[in-house]
Parts: sequence; C-alpha cells; structure tokens
Amino acid sequence: MQAFEPPAAFQGYGLGLRREHYQDFLAAPVAVDFVEVISENFMVDGGQPRHILRQIRERHAVALHGVSMSIGSADGLRHDYLARLKLLAREIDPLFVSDHLSWSRIAGFNSHDLLPLPYTEEALACVCRNIDTAQDVLGRAMLFENPSSYLAFDGADMTEWEFIGEMSRRTGCGLLLDVNNIVVSASNNGFDIDDFLDGIPFDRVRQIHLAGHAPGNGLLIDTHDAPVPDSVWAVYAKARARCGPVATMIERDANIPALPALLAELDTARSQGVRA
Amino acid sequence: MTLAQLQTGFRDRLTESAVHVPAGLAIYQNNYRSQLVGCLQESYPQLRAWLGDPAFLQVARTHIARHRPTGWTLDAYGANFGATLLAVFPDNPDLHELAWIEAALARAFVAQDAVPVVASAVQPVDWDRARLRFTPSLSLAPAATNAADIWWAMQGKANAPESRMLDRPAGVMAWRRGYVACLRSLAPLEYGALTHARADGHFGRLCDMLVAQLGESDGIAKAGSLLADWIGSELITGIDDHA
Repeated sequence: MQAFEPPAAFQGYGLGLRREHYQDFLAAPVAVDFVEVISENFMVDGGQPRHILRQIRERHAVALHGVSMSIGSADGLRHDYLARLKLLAREIDPLFVSDHLSWSRIAGFNSHDLLPLPYTEEALACVCRNIDTAQDVLGRAMLFENPSSYLAFDGADMTEWEFIGEMSRRTGCGLLLDVNNIVVSASNNGFDIDDFLDGIPFDRVRQIHLAGHAPGNGLLIDTHDAPVPDSVWAVYAKARARCGPVATMIERDANIPALPALLAELDTARSQGVRA
Repeated sequence: MTLAQLQTGFRDRLTESAVHVPAGLAIYQNNYRSQLVGCLQESYPQLRAWLGDPAFLQVARTHIARHRPTGWTLDAYGANFGATLLAVFPDNPDLHELAWIEAALARAFVAQDAVPVVASAVQPVDWDRARLRFTPSLSLAPAATNAADIWWAMQGKANAPESRMLDRPAGVMAWRRGYVACLRSLAPLEYGALTHARADGHFGRLCDMLVAQLGESDGIAKAGSLLADWIGSELITGIDDHA
C-alpha cells in the first residue's frame, strides 16, 4: 500500500460544468480557473461526452467529481468502476479526483444515492480500507466530501468531523468541504456548525463546494437548485478564513440558470475569498 | 449490528413502500424512486410521449418493483426496461420496438470510438477473402412494426403515424456517425445481409448468400452496392484481406 498526502493545493474559482453550459465553454473563453465535472458522465467507452471533455480540458483545469464510488460500502469497491475512473483520470490529468463520504451499494444493489454512514470505528476502518484501495489503483490521493444527511444512526463512536479528520489522517486523502452540506446536515441532525468547523483539519481541505438547498418534509434538502443562500455564504466566510489556498466553486444541478448568473455568484465567492 | 447488516437493512427500508416512515428515511426513499423514474424518463423520451405519462409511470413503477439497480452507473438502469414493457404490454410490439430504438441509440451515443473506412482510401483487396469489420456502435434488430417511422416523426415534432404491423418483417439499425447517433429502417434483404455480414465478416460468403437469393449478376451487384452504402454510412471500420 502506498502512502499518500493530500494533493497539491490550487487557489482558484470554478464552476460545476453541466450539459446546459457546454456550448458556452466551447464557444468563448469563460472567466473561471477550473471546472468540475461529474466523473461518471464521462466514464463511457467513447462518443461525444469524452470528445467534449477533451476540448474543455484544452481550455481549463478539470476536477473529476464522482457520485458512485460508494467509499463506505461494507463489501468493498467495484474494480470495474475503479478501472474506468483510472482510464479517465489518465486521459484528463485532473486537478483533483473526488467523491463523497457516503455509501450507495451493498450486496450488488446500487441505490444511486449518497446514503449516510454511521460514525463508528468499524465504518471508519471500512472507509479507510476502501480509500486505500482506490488511491492505490488510481495512484493518487483523492478528496472526499462531507455529505448532506437527513438522519443519523444511534451508537456513533465519534462526530462527523472527528470521523472526517481521522479518515484523512489515516489515508492521506484530502478534503472537499461542501459548505451547503454542513448547513443542511447541521440543521437536520442538530449539531453546531462552529463545532464542525473547529473539528475539521483545514490544512487538508483542497476544495470547497457552494450550493443551495430547500426546505422539505420538516428538514433541509440538498437540492442544488437555487442560488447560494445567505446561510451558506456566512459559513463560507468562516471556512474560507481558516483555509489556505483552495479551489472554490459553485455547484448547481437543477434549475440551472444562464452562465452569467453563475459567474456572478462566483464573483461573490471570489470577493469573500479576497477578504479572508 | 455490523456495518454490512446496517447497510442491507437500510437497503431493504429504502426499497419498501411503507407509508409511515421517519421524515429522514422518507427523503432517501423519495430520492431513490425519483432517481430511477427520472432515469427511465430520460432514457425513453419518445416511448414516454407515445404511451402518455400515466401509463409510462405505471410501467416505470412495475420496473422499479421488479428490478433493483445494480450497475455502477444510473444510465444502465433502463437497459432491461424492454423486458418489463413486454410483461406489461405483451401484445404491443410497437412499444417493444420503440423501446429498443431508444436504448440502441443511447448505446451508440457512447459506444467505443472507431475510425471508419473512407471509400477513397480502400486498398485493392482479394474480395473473395476480404473480411469486414463493423463499427462497435452498430446495433441491429428485427422490425415487425413501423416503430422507426413513429420515432422519426416524434423526434421531428411531427404528427406520428398510427402504429401498424409491416407487410413483411424487416429490420432497423442504430449506430453512430461521428458523434451523432443515427437510426435507419432496413428492407428485409438488407437487414438479412447486414446481420449476416456483421456476424460472419466474410464478404465472399455475403456474395454467396445474395447470389443464392438474387442470381449471379444481381447478387454480386447488390453486394457491391450494399458495401458502398455501408462504407458511405461509416459502418465499416476495417477491410482485412485474409482468409
């Protein structure tokens, strides 16, 4: 097993690139320092998706962000998935390769959702074992993102932030801090955001996600369908003040507006970053 | 409880249809089902329009109840939707063929890249021994209905024709030209020839098959014209001159 340290830091501002904006990015220069794409959308054999990504890569640094690694699966990782991700990373030479601290798959079933983990010693050992496997296969340190969650399991041995810190320390992975997810999970699971921030090893944070959420069913839901709300900007300011160089981006997945609206939000992130 | 037990238990609760569940679990249940329904709607837009939303949703729910997702990518979930359609609508071959068309076009869109043979660059070969290699994006299926015409009309936002059985069983193919997924109806003779050629690869035996159907002169001429069309349509990615 190789020993890893979090990937080199990158200071910049970017967008999650979605299909609605491909032509904008191909037609003219866009004022971003990087883009992030969903890895699985490009882990295909060939065709237009890979062609577009190659063209984007000629213009911008690209971060690969996955949703299906299922790093918390008790029965390990899919090696066909890792092989496809490795091929994509080899071709794109991404800034970062990231996924979520969650699980999706068990016993052949894949929920295609980011399901919550219990914050137990057993789950931590499982996650670290799987991260070691993924990083060995990919030959690089990954980033893992704190998830949004709508429930917490009884019997936790540690807090979410303790789990995240220990995961990063044991495996050498970096962290992708999703500020919206902190706000959503804190509200849903009743923890203090300052406690979360105090517990995160910020020297290992390499990327920040900013997004919006919506109320539903008495909880906050991580919808990514609205502008970044004030509550998220407030936590971003606190997080940003603790970060070193970091790649910050707006993540919008639904009700996607025209590109200038997202770039305006990114300018807000940029101005807060300057103040920090 | 071990992590594996917790996760298998959570999977079972995620997929059950209980009405009264805690709010947090209800969100995960809703996410699970809405993702799968959304995947099927996105994979089969014309079938959905043809069936209408209520009927499509009914088949989608049946599919979700029968098939738990297993692939690493959500895109794979709709691959066997045709089997559910067959079970729910056993007497509607137009629906089965429409579903096949949409699934085949989706496969072609992300199929492995391959450089097509250009007619002007074809080298002299011994055609009796020549073997044809076809693009990996090519899918072929028999056609008993006018589903391809329906698909074309709906794709072009035109009024779709009534579904009907074809006078003679024919075929349909989906493949990719450049980065564009394409669909074409095939006459019975061409469907048989293309099916044979892709499985066998041997151009000489394709000629033999067509000569047996059309006679010496017309059979050879047909093989030549089909090959020219296949090359022009970017279906051929190699012509190997060996036994």
